[in-house]
Amino acid sequence: MDAIILLTLTGLGLAALYFLVASGLSLVFGLADVLNFAHGLFLGVGAYATWWAAGNLPGAGHDGLGFVVAVAFGVAAGALMAVLVELVLIRPLYSRTIEQVLVTVGLSLAGVALLQATWGADARRFPRPEWTRQVTSILGAQVPNGGLLLIIAAVLVLAAILAFLQWTRYGLIIRAGVENREMVTALGIDVRKAFTLVFAIGGAAAALAGALGSVYFGTVSPQQGGSLLIFAFIVVVIGGMGSVVGSAYAAVAVGLLQQFVNYYGTSGLGDICVVALLAAVLLLRPQGIAGKVATA
Amino acid sequence: MTEVKSPELPAASAAVPAELTPGRVSRLRPVLPLVVLAVAVILPYSTLHLPGIFEGALNSPGTLQLLAVCLVFGGLAAGYDLLFGRTGMLSFGHALYFAAGVYGTDILITRAGLPLWQAAPLAIVGGTILAGLIGAVALRTIGIAFAMVTLAFAQVGAILVARDFGGLTGGEEGLPLDVAGLPAALVGVANTVNLYWLALAYLVAVVFVVHRVTASPTGRVLAGVRDDERRVGVLGLDPYRFKLVAFTLAGGLAAAGGVVYCLIVGGASPHITSSELTLSLLVMVVLGGPGTRWGPVLGGILYMYLDHRLVSFGSSDAVSALPAFLSRPLSEPLFVLGTVFILAVYFFPGGLASLAPRLALLRNSLRLGRRRPT
Amino acid sequence: MTEPVLTVEDLSVRIAGLHILQGVSFTVAPTGVTVLLGRNGVGKTTTLRAVVGLTPRGGEVHGRVRMGDQSLLERPTHRLVRGGLGYVPEDRCVFAGLTVAENLRLAERRGTTAAYDRVFALFPELDRRSRQRAGSLSGGQQQMLAIGRVLLNDNRLLLVDEPTKGLAPKVVTEVAEVLKRVAESVPVLLVEQNLAVVRRLARDAVVLAAGRVAWTGDAQELLSATALTRSLLGVGSAEGHHHGSGTEPGASASTAGPAREDAR
Repeated sequence: MDAIILLTLTGLGLAALYFLVASGLSLVFGLADVLNFAHGLFLGVGAYATWWAAGNLPGAGHDGLGFVVAVAFGVAAGALMAVLVELVLIRPLYSRTIEQVLVTVGLSLAGVALLQATWGADARRFPRPEWTRQVTSILGAQVPNGGLLLIIAAVLVLAAILAFLQWTRYGLIIRAGVENREMVTALGIDVRKAFTLVFAIGGAAAALAGALGSVYFGTVSPQQGGSLLIFAFIVVVIGGMGSVVGSAYAAVAVGLLQQFVNYYGTSGLGDICVVALLAAVLLLRPQGIAGKVATA
Repeated sequence: MTEVKSPELPAASAAVPAELTPGRVSRLRPVLPLVVLAVAVILPYSTLHLPGIFEGALNSPGTLQLLAVCLVFGGLAAGYDLLFGRTGMLSFGHALYFAAGVYGTDILITRAGLPLWQAAPLAIVGGTILAGLIGAVALRTIGIAFAMVTLAFAQVGAILVARDFGGLTGGEEGLPLDVAGLPAALVGVANTVNLYWLALAYLVAVVFVVHRVTASPTGRVLAGVRDDERRVGVLGLDPYRFKLVAFTLAGGLAAAGGVVYCLIVGGASPHITSSELTLSLLVMVVLGGPGTRWGPVLGGILYMYLDHRLVSFGSSDAVSALPAFLSRPLSEPLFVLGTVFILAVYFFPGGLASLAPRLALLRNSLRLGRRRPT
Repeated sequence: MTEPVLTVEDLSVRIAGLHILQGVSFTVAPTGVTVLLGRNGVGKTTTLRAVVGLTPRGGEVHGRVRMGDQSLLERPTHRLVRGGLGYVPEDRCVFAGLTVAENLRLAERRGTTAAYDRVFALFPELDRRSRQRAGSLSGGQQQMLAIGRVLLNDNRLLLVDEPTKGLAPKVVTEVAEVLKRVAESVPVLLVEQNLAVVRRLARDAVVLAAGRVAWTGDAQELLSATALTRSLLGVGSAEGHHHGSGTEPGASASTAGPAREDAR
């Protein structure tokens, strides 16, 4: 019983990480049709910026409020990076989907190499606030606080994104744009401003995943984003591209499946089950759980 | 509204009008590949030193091995272009079929003790079937979703290899090839030259196959799929079947490249299963010129060469003399290649292959410019 | 004569290697309905989309299009629309996942209540169903929404593409009636296959054939010349291959296209 609760909560922690990366990917893809390979880079930038800020930024630190400041700095850096990428690299290639993917591929290669050149290829110890190293006892299971922090953050981000989409003018434009971008412009709206905005949101969420994920794992390395990104892609496809809620469901399914199968089966089998789930979803429901048709 | 050129339709295909190219070159043109091939075949007999370009003499084992790897990747890129440049399919899982060839050969020889002449065909057939099966599922989606799905499947391969299921792959350490099962001519440093020729033969075979397929009626349908899939459907042809044929064939070619690569490097290591390998294939094709006969080959060769040589370039005196914020990134081959790639997407959409006609035009305009005053 | 509101000169559009329009020139009068006619696939929708800057990716557009003294072709779609070019696309294209109110809110720019009153006066149904998802509306209601959201703003010209396509005969009459009222205040360039609707609304007609303008002039004159309509539009020919206009031009809206069902 303890094991099940622990696995459920650590699985949800993993799901939280996937969701933070996938929500932005899904929105960016749903609205702008950009498959963003550089999204993992935003995560890396967030993690390293937090790590740097905790050690160097005045007012920021390794614990307490100082650490919150450091994470805020990391998130801001991720969002800024994402906005720059959109404005400088993606926008000039507006509606040329393949070139946009190619540019993000180049950026992911060059960006990770740059992180590596600056901070070395090896994993570095990440400053962790004291509280996140401890465990909380939930129904008899000893759950790491770092995982709980991820879950709380993901739920808050989900709520914030949904509220934004539901109640603001730009949220309305994004929802409509995911459905039919061309028609949004035909109503006299410059949809490209919304592109920049979804990049910023996605970059911020990914950077948060980078910072909190590093807290959870205790280390930060340049390749961190890349391996997470593949599972985030799977989550986006299963959830239905352009659907934030779909991403949330899919992230939970993928995280739990992976955690349970890896524990009760062979290590690595869970990852394979996830891809099998992807294949099954595609065969039965090409449009994913919710959202745009994947074949469109 | 301006015309938008996609990378699949490079400017290069619009060949330079014959009257613009100097007569001598245009007469040489059909035989030029044969001349290059002849030079490549006899190259291992040369003891030439090219300081700065290669570390040893041309016929030193180190140089020959580097060249062999470059040739294999030239062939792999040409095979990948069958998907990307010729059919417009953006697969992010091509590393899987290459890895199937590498690990298939390695496991069948080292673990199962089969001789090479049995292991190699089995690995190629296995890789081809794998591509057929995965293609059958993945091709239910198109465009970006297809890219994601192929990526996910390839990730399974990477996980299987890294986690060492059944103790077959050697996990993170990789699996050195047991040379006892190999013919003597392919074993030992002194025989690197034979591996070089094998790689050359592979490259020639891929270029030949891709050329034949592209020129065939099937190739024209594939080009139709690339330009506008719906129109192919309107003609009563099923795009799915044609795409599956291309996907399977490209997978088989990649598996064959894996066999050769396994022999050249003498084993398998998990990094060849990574999505980064597929990404670099994509970079090679785009840098070279998608949908052209020689562009992907050149792109593949050049990319692998730079990937190897930039490391020593990065540690050279010229670079380490630069301030740290410049020298450190420059010593990362992927930083340089990634940046070059991004610039290429913006400024040379047709890749290297589009440069030749542009240069020819430039040369001619210069020549005409010079003649006019007289 | 008064200045035309829209001048199209030598418009050529090439998409995926096909020369869909080959030098089309016509003008739209500053009042009333100008109808763009022609057989299926002749380039009517392509013309409207080129004017509003929505030619698909990879398409080439040449020529000149002016609204007043403004040149349209180089400008992005959202600027054109903000400049007073209202566009009601083929197949309505309402946002199915959004409510009726949200669909309208998306379109509003200054959002005066007066504009809403005007729209709701024309389409009381939209007011009643404002919280309903647009995807669950009937085809006719969706068409009302597609027209209504464009009318929230002041327009100098409306482009309306096949507003009666796929609608039940009774709804066709309603839509035609609405367009007639709309056209009293703003000029309309209409693509329409239903000749009964055309007869009811149109003052001027432009007929396209094989990517070129085949005929321009008075719409009623065109419709009363049976031989002319037959040769230009294929109306009344035994093939009856293009939808919605298989009946004689004189047929009334209620009998036009009897086989057609409401989309929802």
